[in-house]
Amino acid sequence: MLSKKNEVGQSGPFSVVLFHSISGALRAEKLLKAESVSLKMIPVPRHLSSDCGICIRFERADELKVEGILGRSKLEIQGIHQI
Amino acid sequence: MIYLDNAATSWPKPKAVYQAMDRFMNQVGANPGRSGHRLSIEAGRVVYETRESLAWLFNIDDPLRIIFTSNATEALNVAINGVLRPGDHAITSSMEHNSVMRPLRALQERGVELTVVSCSKEGFLDPGGIEKAIKPNTRLIVLNRASNVVGTLLPVIEVGAIARRHGVLFCIDAAQSAGAYPLDVSFTKVDLLAFTGHKSLFGPQGTGGLYVRQGVEDVVEPLMRGGTGSRSDSEHQPDFLPDKYESGTPNTVGLAGLGAGVQFVLSRGVNALREKEEKLMHHLIEGLGAIPGVTLYGSGDAREQVAVLSFNIAGIASSEVAIRLDEEYDILCRPGLQCAPIAHRTLGTFPGGTVRVSPGYFTTEDEVDIVIKAVCNIARVLR
Repeated sequence: MLSKKNEVGQSGPFSVVLFHSISGALRAEKLLKAESVSLKMIPVPRHLSSDCGICIRFERADELKVEGILGRSKLEIQGIHQI
Repeated sequence: MIYLDNAATSWPKPKAVYQAMDRFMNQVGANPGRSGHRLSIEAGRVVYETRESLAWLFNIDDPLRIIFTSNATEALNVAINGVLRPGDHAITSSMEHNSVMRPLRALQERGVELTVVSCSKEGFLDPGGIEKAIKPNTRLIVLNRASNVVGTLLPVIEVGAIARRHGVLFCIDAAQSAGAYPLDVSFTKVDLLAFTGHKSLFGPQGTGGLYVRQGVEDVVEPLMRGGTGSRSDSEHQPDFLPDKYESGTPNTVGLAGLGAGVQFVLSRGVNALREKEEKLMHHLIEGLGAIPGVTLYGSGDAREQVAVLSFNIAGIASSEVAIRLDEEYDILCRPGLQCAPIAHRTLGTFPGGTVRVSPGYFTTEDEVDIVIKAVCNIARVLR
């Protein structure tokens, strides 16, 4: 069975980045991991969207870095929210 | 047993393909990305990794521009039925498989105009013939990259340039060539690229896909609509890729295998795989071509085709040759029309068809020698 832990040393506060599709979130996961961003894939919080998909949670301090990486990749995002 | 039916489906597959499918079934198993728990996310990663490997293979910038289908036929149906409307004109060649011809013929009955450009009796296409057929209402050109009957390569680079110049969409059927012959979408001007997973990409049956060039999705209607895991609050199909064309739970275990197959191709390199098959084909063409009473079809030159060879023995039906190869010599191949009646009309082998032998990565030179001897024996008895 796969390990529960797919994040390393995350403490918060957190932000999440939402995508139009699950495939988009999975592409972003690879792009961000390649740049050593500490992250965790979580279900989209219901108060942010009624999508049944997943989003990426990361340390709020990394917000600009995340925006930069995803911006350069031209991967369209639905938005970044503080949680 | 000698398996020479790799053009129908490659077999055996690299061990890593079986292992990836076993790992998915035993350790992951969940619905990809739908639910947000760790197994669901891992299943999503498996699908995404396969997308990314294919993007590497075809040099596609954005892996999300590849949509998965159950085979090349479904991908071609999305492309052809998604683009063409009554009053539109489409162009194809006389070397196509029925996965292209049947959707086009059905649309023809519903008011789409169709021009079938004739190929030479060796299966070659003059790109100038395509350009001459273009009219003001031409919407789509569909061509195979390599014939499933004789392996002949069609001039997709030239036709792609012609299509782009005239503002016509260009769809390539790469079922017989993906993984076996290089194709780079940054070089070949292609709008829609259909491929199958279970031939030279070494995936399992039930896998395939379609690359859709940036912006082209605006003019390609999806074939199916349904749940995508995205925009769940809306009763309308999303308009972004890949979700626009990927409804319902996918063949995740198949895509796990396909991912391992594409990794195998990437690790060996398409050019190295090609070189190996070209050598086998050269040997096969020389050997079979020298047998009295045997007629070879197609280019007759291993450099101008993929690893598919069609032949007949004078005075004996293709089906009879295939049965004898199977029962007396333990050699498995495919006789008949290979789902491509128009290609056989072009080659002059309709309706009898041909015996088609198709070596693959795991075929050896010794096996090719055995096949040549077997065909020689069958031909000799008849003389």
